[in-house]
Amino acid sequence: METQLVLEKWAGAIYTLSIGANKEEGGSRGNTVKIGGESSLPLLFKEGNIPNLPAVAFEVWDTPPQDWDEGLVCAYGDVLHDPFAWADKCVREFKAKLLCVRMQGSHPDYGNKGPQEAAKFISTLLSKVNVPLIIIGCGDDAKDNLILPACSEAAKAERCLIGCAIQDNYKTLVASVLADGHNIIAESPIDINIAKQLNILISDMGLSLERIVINPTIGALGYGLEYAYSIMERARLAALSGDKTLASPFICFTGQEAWRTKEAKSGPDHGVIWEVITATSLIQSGADLLVMRHPKAAEKVLAYINTLFKK
Amino acid sequence: MFIIGELINGMYANIGSAIKERNKKEIQNCALTQIACGADALDINCGPASGQPQVDMPWLVEAIQEVTDKPLCLDSSKPAVIEEGLKASRNKTIINSTTADAEKLEALIPLAKKYESKLIGITISSKGIPQNKDQRLELAAAIVDNCLKACFPVEDLYLDPIVLPVNVAQAQMRDILESIAEFKIISEPGPKTTLGLSNVSQGTHLRSLINRTFLTMAVAYGLDSAILDPKDRELIDTLITAELILDKNIYCDSYLEAYRKK
Repeated sequence: METQLVLEKWAGAIYTLSIGANKEEGGSRGNTVKIGGESSLPLLFKEGNIPNLPAVAFEVWDTPPQDWDEGLVCAYGDVLHDPFAWADKCVREFKAKLLCVRMQGSHPDYGNKGPQEAAKFISTLLSKVNVPLIIIGCGDDAKDNLILPACSEAAKAERCLIGCAIQDNYKTLVASVLADGHNIIAESPIDINIAKQLNILISDMGLSLERIVINPTIGALGYGLEYAYSIMERARLAALSGDKTLASPFICFTGQEAWRTKEAKSGPDHGVIWEVITATSLIQSGADLLVMRHPKAAEKVLAYINTLFKK
Repeated sequence: MFIIGELINGMYANIGSAIKERNKKEIQNCALTQIACGADALDINCGPASGQPQVDMPWLVEAIQEVTDKPLCLDSSKPAVIEEGLKASRNKTIINSTTADAEKLEALIPLAKKYESKLIGITISSKGIPQNKDQRLELAAAIVDNCLKACFPVEDLYLDPIVLPVNVAQAQMRDILESIAEFKIISEPGPKTTLGLSNVSQGTHLRSLINRTFLTMAVAYGLDSAILDPKDRELIDTLITAELILDKNIYCDSYLEAYRKK
């Protein structure tokens, strides 16, 4: 007897979000990246549409990273000391379609650059590379409230994805993103209740749910990966069942988390393996956008995506 | 919870006179207000004073579907009146209702099939109102059986255990609640359940409190739908909270607002 597949019927779908604006859209990007839009769980093509593949963004900093592992330093070489050359290498050599720039140099402990300098950096970066940008603050709330509005304005109309808004600090960023036509990342500490609440708070300020990407906060393999996985899965099931307040695509900072582990630094290629396993696991719980560090890990993950998502 | 707004009923003075005077605006306002308050569908009843329900029903249907595409719940004890409503409907429809009597079932199941309507089956018959759970189940089984024989999809059937006022039939309340859970296992796939909520508080002094307490209990027994007053904000808040506690929606501090954003 032929086995009959039990297919789920879903009432909802994830919002589709575009990152980057080309000339016709008022920006200057050479390409745009669409994420989200799925009306089924990952890879279950018979239960709904999966119009966009998970995307990979290469992480770039505005200042040389001081504590990156040798495995990463070797992969990039000298360009780590020149953010623009670093970004250029990602685009030209590693074929990045999307960059995630972290404004680490504005952190009070890592350079303490001011808003004008940050804005100038973004303007220059936009002129040097033509892929869409994700812009991430330095992690210091007070400082981010100064530099992110400046970066947002400098990238006006380029439809960037900017973050991260958190429950205790979202209003300044939401106002900037609204004014300058970007999308926002809403970060919650592996907590589905806060993820939902923050989406509501942001949409109450007039930024529609369609322009929010959830950063659920993840842990790498061995460091809470399964916890993040189950939170994402639960949010995704609710969204597909019709809960619009959770129907945002997910962004996962897989590079950052994988390279924090001691295992990543314990032998040649271990970091790459850790990053690949973390990323590919999260793709299966619904990750739409992966921010990655090692070019070889990104290559492997893109190959995985292109193989498995080929319908 | 599939909420059917009960307020378009000729029994209410404003609706009664709006029907009589052909005041479309009043009807449409009532429809839109109920939807804004959370109604997923609208009950339409011409009321006891309507001398010509076969004309009033399609007029109401036309007036309402000018402003909304929400499903319409055509409420009459006369199949002919329901059919006039079905003919006029472009929106999805729910027939409210058949009893377990053969003549009603034979008239209304074919209508529901012909117009691809859902159907509410009330567990009463010409013999009267059931006095306990077993009688309710017997009538429910008769309705389900007739649907199956007529090839009407049972998942489009909503069984109503017939709610009685608590000050009249206090001893029956538990049976009514338990019937909700048991109706659903009569067949596979099972029928859905609904009820006319306001009846439970008829003639009492604390209507809203009794309504929302009963609704909470019914939700815990698996109720799928209710015909109620969506303008009763405390009632809707209570309903949202009951469903939250049953893990039907994910908690957040603004869960009431989140539900209303859906």
